[in-house]
Amino acid sequence: MIKVEWFYWLCGIFFVLIALQVLNDRSNPKRVGSAAFWGILGLSFGYGTFVVNKQAPSWLLGIAVIGLAVLAGSGFPGKGEERTTTPAERVHFADRFGNKLFLPALVIPVVAAIFGAWLAKVKLGDGKLLLQTGSATIIGLGVASILALIVGMVLLRPKSPAVPVHEGRRLLEHIGWAAILPQMLATLGLLFNASGVGKAVGRVTDHLVPKGSLIAAVALYCIGMAVFTIIMGNAFAAFPVMTAAVGWPLLVQQFDGTPAVVFAVGMLAGFCGTLCTPMAANFNLVPAALLEMKDQYGPIKAQIPTAVPLLGCNILIMYFFAF
Amino acid sequence: MWVLLAIAVVVVGFALRINSMLVVTAAGIVAGLIGGLSPVKILNAFGDGFAGSRSVTVFIVTLPVIGLIERYGLQHQARKLIGKLKVVTTGRLLAIYLLIRQGTAALGLTSIGGPAQAVRPLIHPMAAGAAERRYGKLPEKLQEKIKGFAASADTIGLFFGEDIFVAIGSILLITGFVDTTYGLHLEAIDIALWAIPTGICALLIHGTRLLLLDRQLDKLAAEDKAATKEAAR
Repeated sequence: MIKVEWFYWLCGIFFVLIALQVLNDRSNPKRVGSAAFWGILGLSFGYGTFVVNKQAPSWLLGIAVIGLAVLAGSGFPGKGEERTTTPAERVHFADRFGNKLFLPALVIPVVAAIFGAWLAKVKLGDGKLLLQTGSATIIGLGVASILALIVGMVLLRPKSPAVPVHEGRRLLEHIGWAAILPQMLATLGLLFNASGVGKAVGRVTDHLVPKGSLIAAVALYCIGMAVFTIIMGNAFAAFPVMTAAVGWPLLVQQFDGTPAVVFAVGMLAGFCGTLCTPMAANFNLVPAALLEMKDQYGPIKAQIPTAVPLLGCNILIMYFFAF
Repeated sequence: MWVLLAIAVVVVGFALRINSMLVVTAAGIVAGLIGGLSPVKILNAFGDGFAGSRSVTVFIVTLPVIGLIERYGLQHQARKLIGKLKVVTTGRLLAIYLLIRQGTAALGLTSIGGPAQAVRPLIHPMAAGAAERRYGKLPEKLQEKIKGFAASADTIGLFFGEDIFVAIGSILLITGFVDTTYGLHLEAIDIALWAIPTGICALLIHGTRLLLLDRQLDKLAAEDKAATKEAAR
């Protein structure tokens, strides 16, 4: 069986290689701290395998994670000088390779699609699935990236096999610590739930709605999901909190709503919040950094005028179909 | 009730523009301490959460190959290609991409798009190329607008497409949470079906805004021209 952990190890090795490159990059004024950041991250990806399998203590990884946060807060990782081709060289190469340049980029979705749609269902001789359950997409993405890289290397023949790592580092240094913020947010949701934040919010929102008004209760759940998502940056973290506070006790138990509709639309109301918040770094700040935008809130500004009417749609859909 | 202070930590930390990684970590520690977790349990929660959500960061495995083809002129080639297609405007191109992104995400093919895999190497250069053919060299305002909308088409297509697919994280989180917490037996397929109405609304609203983007760009370009003329005088 192909296991998803292999691909986490691949990510870990990539981060460690980057740490080694950064350590040798004399143009980077913060090279030691930056190498420490990528290095600890890489080792955490490997160590995580043993944590998930309960073969190693989680607290050690917890300390590493807090260490990463402290490094990020102290201004690491920093960027070195960009060493890539000049615009003039790129025009020359584009003329030489032409549309073949698209080939590696197209390999990624095609291979990922084959994994997601077909290989995900293939069984081995012993009746087990070929790909680890629930991880076909991630495994597909990993394999697709490797194949695309092979195609790219054969096609473009860069001088050294270190070139792709080098170019990957260039892109990763643009993203910086924001690359792992989503993982931190998932962790925050877990801690919030264990500490009883959801129940506390329920006690507060009890006073907000007029008793017996269905539309007010629906709006409270949907807007609450959006607002909490804006604050926490992640609808996944907001869902347990708002569902424990409003969705279950009020909408399902008191008003007898259909659970599937209430919860499905509630989550989508949270997604409207994700469109509006810089806390959802992977969806809003990472694209801005990748596109080298001057205004890091540019994507959010393009999304808010869609998010607001869509939240209204969600309230109406839940009101008319769940009750 | 005091546990709500943890939410206040997030809000205040963010308002003060303190590094998000530090804010999130501090909020987690505060919630754990007020909620009565021991320091070791808090550290364990950090470790378990981080290890369990590594899948979110896997997108970085595409960066080496994307960086490689960029080095050899991918963006220039994309611009050249789109420059030849006269009917494709920036707005129409992004609207078509929104439709493709949402449709494929609804089939579970979420990794087809994405800011690193698709927007930076393909979609943005094409959208910018279409605008360049129309307006010449793009002033910064137009560049920023196009970048923002290119990113938005990808994100909105993903969000309101992926929930129509059964085996996606958010659906599994819903069924997992409510089944264990409230003893329900929800079918993932029912949750997925009820994501369709919102998905259609999202496509209509954002698709319309993308088609209207061309007019907005016309206006911005005209304003910029007038401003440069004014400055020349």
